[in-house]
Amino acid sequence: MKKQPHVIVIGGGIGGLWSVLRIAEAGFNVSVFSLFEVKRSHSVCAQGGINAVLDTKGERDSIHQHVVDTIKGGSYLANQPPVLSMCEEAPGLIRTFERMGVTFSRTPEGLMDVRLFGGVKNKRACFAGSSTGQQLMYGVDEQVRRYESMDKVKKFEWWEFLSLLLDEEGNCKGITAMDLRSMEVRAFQADAVVIATGGMGKVFGHRTTNSSNSTGAAAYRCHLQGAQYANTEFFQFHPTAMLGDDKTRLMSEAARGEGGRIWVPRDPHDKRDPRSIPEDDRFYFLEDWYPAYGNTVARDVASRAIWRVVHEEGLGVAGENKVYLDLTHLDRKFVTARLGSILDIYCKFNGNDPLDYPMEIFPSAHYAMGGLWIDYEKDEQTGGIKHGSPRNHATSIPGLYACGECDYGYHGANRLGANSLLSASFSGRVAGESVVSYLKGLNQIGGDAPQAHYQDEVERQVAINDSLMRCSNGDTPYQLHHELGELMTAKVGVVRDNAGLEEAETGLVDLAERAGQMCMDDQSGWSNQSLTYARQVQDMIGLARVITRSARMRDECRGAHHKPEFDLQIPKDKYPGDPEFEAYRKQWKANNSKWLKTTLAEHGPDGPRITYEEVDTSVVPPEEPRDYR
Amino acid sequence: MTDSILIRIRRQKHPDSPSYWQDFAIPYKAGHNLVSALMAIRDNPVTADGKRVDPPAWEYNCMEEVCGACSMVINGRPRQACSTLIDELLKELGSETPITLEPLKKFPLVRDLMVDRSRIFDELKKVKAWIEIDGAWDVHERAPRISPSEWNESYLFSRCMSCGCCMEACPQFGPKQAFVGPAVLAQVRLKNIHPTGRYDKADRLHAIMSDGGLSDCGNAQNCVRVCPKEIPLTSAIGELGREVTGQLFKDILG
Repeated sequence: MKKQPHVIVIGGGIGGLWSVLRIAEAGFNVSVFSLFEVKRSHSVCAQGGINAVLDTKGERDSIHQHVVDTIKGGSYLANQPPVLSMCEEAPGLIRTFERMGVTFSRTPEGLMDVRLFGGVKNKRACFAGSSTGQQLMYGVDEQVRRYESMDKVKKFEWWEFLSLLLDEEGNCKGITAMDLRSMEVRAFQADAVVIATGGMGKVFGHRTTNSSNSTGAAAYRCHLQGAQYANTEFFQFHPTAMLGDDKTRLMSEAARGEGGRIWVPRDPHDKRDPRSIPEDDRFYFLEDWYPAYGNTVARDVASRAIWRVVHEEGLGVAGENKVYLDLTHLDRKFVTARLGSILDIYCKFNGNDPLDYPMEIFPSAHYAMGGLWIDYEKDEQTGGIKHGSPRNHATSIPGLYACGECDYGYHGANRLGANSLLSASFSGRVAGESVVSYLKGLNQIGGDAPQAHYQDEVERQVAINDSLMRCSNGDTPYQLHHELGELMTAKVGVVRDNAGLEEAETGLVDLAERAGQMCMDDQSGWSNQSLTYARQVQDMIGLARVITRSARMRDECRGAHHKPEFDLQIPKDKYPGDPEFEAYRKQWKANNSKWLKTTLAEHGPDGPRITYEEVDTSVVPPEEPRDYR
Repeated sequence: MTDSILIRIRRQKHPDSPSYWQDFAIPYKAGHNLVSALMAIRDNPVTADGKRVDPPAWEYNCMEEVCGACSMVINGRPRQACSTLIDELLKELGSETPITLEPLKKFPLVRDLMVDRSRIFDELKKVKAWIEIDGAWDVHERAPRISPSEWNESYLFSRCMSCGCCMEACPQFGPKQAFVGPAVLAQVRLKNIHPTGRYDKADRLHAIMSDGGLSDCGNAQNCVRVCPKEIPLTSAIGELGREVTGQLFKDILG
């Protein structure tokens, strides 16, 4: 009898669980590895919505418009065939989620409701109250649990992925993983592996809206073994995040949309209660700098302006990295009705009521557009991807697939709001289907690989643990992580310059050295969180080097990657047809011919090696610059 | 305002080893919650009497009260550590009383404040807390109509994050008791009213009509008092009671 193929999926958020589901539905056995119970994955944090063109609001919304918004929003950097397929299939995905029992919010007629999001003109974000990610995740989680109850899916929760098992031809044939309780390291063979381990916001320390496990370490471990990264310099910073020592929590864009004003005291040493600072002593810098849009400028513009007022003008409140987001001038009833649930979050975690006291906010690392490089096969007939091709979502290691935030596939230089839940779901589904095609095309299934070779890999991983556990001098992993976060936020953040990026590279080399020798206060061989943290910190420092090198090399402004030295400004009050605008368009195109390319990063002994790859712009050619005026 | 906060943690190195208390003093900082306080301890794991120790182990992830990871018993009450603000505790307790942290006691202990809650997910399997679908593909049919008020009710239950607080507080739930617990019952209620989920209503009701099912609820009402998401657990249990009675009649009459 032919041996039944077996797949390992690492990560149990929306992307990972979708791939599990599609592989299990095809009749193959799947094991899911997760650092914690999969139901606690970071996908649950997405609040706002998931884009799909349902066109139920009389706006003549179209799939084409969704494609254009996604591509232009990402400054043309995303390969367009996958974007086209994602937008085309979004409504079908939503209908599938709905059948899973997801509690999408309803219109008075009892049909699915949709709402408006930033960067677009039409209402197309389906939502489930203010916890859309949680609801979508639970929908897929429940389906996976159904397969688990039929013994077709096996969960390895509380296991940490450490490395890939590669055969002599370099095909991925399994993983090594560590039991987070007994700390035992074991090899697990598989015929294909999917990595779906989410974002990497923790590279910015606690200055991120990401969950504590979004370290990027797992994807980096694949990178060390040959998987290429793409576009890691593109990181979305959300302008209005609450401050916090543990993390920075998102304060929705809606707070500005409903009339919130952002300001700082004109005198940074002003010690007065903000409520008693008179108008004349306040600097409403967004309104001053962008009179046309004022407080509702686009996300990236707002982030950069806040950055500038604090770091260049030295006007951060109390000399710190913070500005006020003020709602206290608005009608209490109105604000409560419109923003009640998001203000509750501020109240809950800050203790102050935003109706009484201005909120303190600052931009924070939110979403990685870049990630592991993945392939796709284009369907020349449709212009989208070829369904069922084993190339879709394949990484540069044969047999290793990637989906969700840890791949780079759909967002180019900047992600549109409510597109992250969509790309996570769509990419997970496609990756699962690709794996099925890959398995069907394999000549040899499991079991024949040399066991001894895999045992060597286990021993190598155990040796890494042992050497860390032997250290007792140096910094703790927690201190190093703080330093990494401060360095990355200061030098590789919202606004970048080459001198700063080079300083960051030097700083990272120093951090990497110190991370070789860490003080382990915990010597226990049971549930040792310091050991796993130490390993993740080492990987985060390595990943930070990839991000920083990629950012250093790209001399332009595109989407979330901003270097003022290379900024091409749209001429003020000039529009297409005006000679000044056309001159700008020409410059913009010249810059595109140089920089409209995917950044590829390969691991090398002396650090990351950067090359570039052409972008497929066959659906929406780059003729129109992004322009939100 | 006080300069330093005393946090007393019940610790245990291993499921088989004895537990012990350890006190930590951390500098007061406005805005601290219990996850950020535990992080401060981890940064400098020195006890109040000056001994450097291994940092306490605990579970946390989203820090936004939506993943359910950081449940622990805080001054006798099961809660999410991330959304428990030190300032509020100080108001309740006064600055002289230490803040005590203990692991949930109804689940097997792993280490320090970490427990193994896999039982919750096993119980969800037993009651078939999912909607049977033909497959995860598009069937080109529009979503069923659900009235906004029905949606409202379901949404309350769909926010359950399996944190285990209600189970910890329930006198009928425990390591030696079979009761599935309030959170799991609420999921039965959620799936049973769904337009297609109700096709398998009888199956789910039968699952809670046996040992450890609905009749084990002692109506202490602790669950609803501790639920961080304010899920109306007791009304779900009440409704299920009527459903189960109906099902019993159906079963008898065939």
